[in-house]
Amino acid sequence: MARSPKGPADWTRRHLLGIRELTRGELEAILARASECKKSPPTGKPLGGRRLLTFFAESSTRTRTSFGIAARNLGAEVIDLSPAGSSLSKGESLRDTAQTIDALGVDFAVVRHPSSGAPHKVAAAIRGSVVNAGDGSNEHPTQALLDLFTIRERLGKLDGLKVALVGDILHSRVARSNLWAHRLLGNDVTLVGPATLIPRGIESTGAAVAHDFDTVLANHDVIMMLRLQLERQRAGLFPSTAEYSTLYGLTRERLARLKKGAIVMHPGPMNRGWEIASESADSPQSTILDQVHNGIFVRMAVLTLLNGAK
Amino acid sequence: MSSILIKGGRVIDPASGRDETGDIWIVAGKISKSGGKAGRTIDARGKWVVPGLIDIHVHFREPGHEAKETIADGCAAAVAGGFTSVAPMANTGRPVDSAMAVRYVRDRAAEAGLARVFPIGAVTQGLKGEELAEMGLMAEAGAAAFSDDGNPVMNSEILRRALEYAAMFRKPVISHCEDAHLTKGAAMNEGLVATELGLRGWPAVAEAAMAARDAMLARWTGARVHIAHVSAKETVEVIRAAKKAGDPVTAEAAPHHLTLDEESLRTYDPRFRMNPPLRAREDVQALVDALADGTIDCIASDHAPHTVEDKDREYDACPNGVIGLETTLGVILADLVAAKKLTPMRAIEAMTTGPARVLGLPHGTLAPGAAADVTIIDPDRKWKVDPSKFRSRGRCTPWEGRTLKGAAVLTVVDGRIVFER
Repeated sequence: MARSPKGPADWTRRHLLGIRELTRGELEAILARASECKKSPPTGKPLGGRRLLTFFAESSTRTRTSFGIAARNLGAEVIDLSPAGSSLSKGESLRDTAQTIDALGVDFAVVRHPSSGAPHKVAAAIRGSVVNAGDGSNEHPTQALLDLFTIRERLGKLDGLKVALVGDILHSRVARSNLWAHRLLGNDVTLVGPATLIPRGIESTGAAVAHDFDTVLANHDVIMMLRLQLERQRAGLFPSTAEYSTLYGLTRERLARLKKGAIVMHPGPMNRGWEIASESADSPQSTILDQVHNGIFVRMAVLTLLNGAK
Repeated sequence: MSSILIKGGRVIDPASGRDETGDIWIVAGKISKSGGKAGRTIDARGKWVVPGLIDIHVHFREPGHEAKETIADGCAAAVAGGFTSVAPMANTGRPVDSAMAVRYVRDRAAEAGLARVFPIGAVTQGLKGEELAEMGLMAEAGAAAFSDDGNPVMNSEILRRALEYAAMFRKPVISHCEDAHLTKGAAMNEGLVATELGLRGWPAVAEAAMAARDAMLARWTGARVHIAHVSAKETVEVIRAAKKAGDPVTAEAAPHHLTLDEESLRTYDPRFRMNPPLRAREDVQALVDALADGTIDCIASDHAPHTVEDKDREYDACPNGVIGLETTLGVILADLVAAKKLTPMRAIEAMTTGPARVLGLPHGTLAPGAAADVTIIDPDRKWKVDPSKFRSRGRCTPWEGRTLKGAAVLTVVDGRIVFER
């Protein structure tokens, strides 16, 4: 395990590709920096003269916007190079994209891509820093970081927690990044969903698996709902949205049975009425809008730390 | 043709069980006990003298995808790797599913004049798995076996008929075992590593279940089935049971499955992407054991070249396949023989008499009177794998940069020296 960075001077990592590669010290350094950013927004332009490029090969509203706001708050110039539409296959190769990004002289490339590992390939080819904004089913590290930040803000701590991740674990990068983060912090993680949407053998990561949502409601501190993708039904992974909602939806009835003080999270965008009822999404327990808001500070923290590594 | 004397090498000839220092004469294109005056004498002291190696699973891409590989370049790679006979699969750019295509492959191979080429014809037209290809006419034109390799024959009725039909011509059907429903979109072995990397898994059962089906069909039809590129321990169990029951089943394993595991994929490196995928460490061990005990009959490279552009893509979008003809011998000698997992005799057997028996070829032997296909191996030669030096058009190898020990230094096909290092 690498030494724990105590401050920006100790930060050596140039890219943020995943939570799985981070040390606990690095995780805590990001969250500490994010707290500073939220409490007292940096004055001046710590990233003045820096250029941040967003390359989103998959649709996104909140993540790209959030990175843009974070970068502008820090005085960086923001440009977007996302391919139009979803006709990525007709576009240039990832290698050419990476070389183009490098030739444009950017300091940060924020990359979202449908292929797991694509940001790693970009990182290997450019001089600037790469931030993974979601790659395939692999990771979405800043999402997990903003989730942790929000949990700490609401619950006052980040350890000794029982966390349930509910839904499509098999395909979810949000679930993976959160799983690695909570395992790193020593929290208990329960993965909840139909057997078809939970990877075989995932118990060896230390997580528990539950197929009955009702058994986890009363004893978890964090209930994180994941977005249900309709194409999983077409692939035969569950029979219908109606059955899914009945078995795995956070309905009003289930909300009422949560542990006192438990919070309800969702990375968005939500399918109201499928994985989460409106009453649950809009309840006092819900942190959904806090998550979006905190994303800005977490991303500011990541950008300033990566900037310091140069 | 003047005679050649290969003098003082360690002669390893699995067909006769011979493993001793001795001389090999080549007279008029045949192996001979003695000769008169040698036109050339080759000092083979410190070297192994073995029957020309045979690789019954290669992809030469021609006709149709000559940018990936041509028959001529594939043959040049073969002889540089010590292989004197190769069997290219039918899933070329334009599939080899007709007598005309079989003749084309043989003609191109004859023009190249390097390795012996035994074309494998398609089982079904266009490799679509729907209607039988003209196996009889292809057999007549020189097809050595039939396979839709690259694709499984998913329809059991089609495979049943193909087996019955191919058996009339005494040709095996080579089966690419993959239940395609179980592997849709898969990018690597299903398991914890795939979960950690967020890649879609290719479960071992997709191979083993199809191998079990194929073994049962082989038993029932009495026709010979050869299981290509075995990758999973469960498939080894199926083959072991089938052989024990006397079913007409043979099997091969590729050097990458015999030596590498899924951990290699942690960097999303396309050099480790092939089909079937690299499996877990236990699978590698099971394959090595099965090769050592004869459950797996032979080593075959599954030499699968692509252009650099094809492979240099995001991991889950790049095509499957790595090349092998020029690295197989070095990898087997370094990682299995030098590591004492396989005896030299068994290793050579798995690249000579083993594959020869699968396809019914009269090669892979140093018996006097046999056609003179001979490979001289320097077992101590250390060399670094540098793809830019390959004869193959392919560049993608999992062993790039590795230092291997053992290489072919001279290759004789039909009494002619076709490669010399």
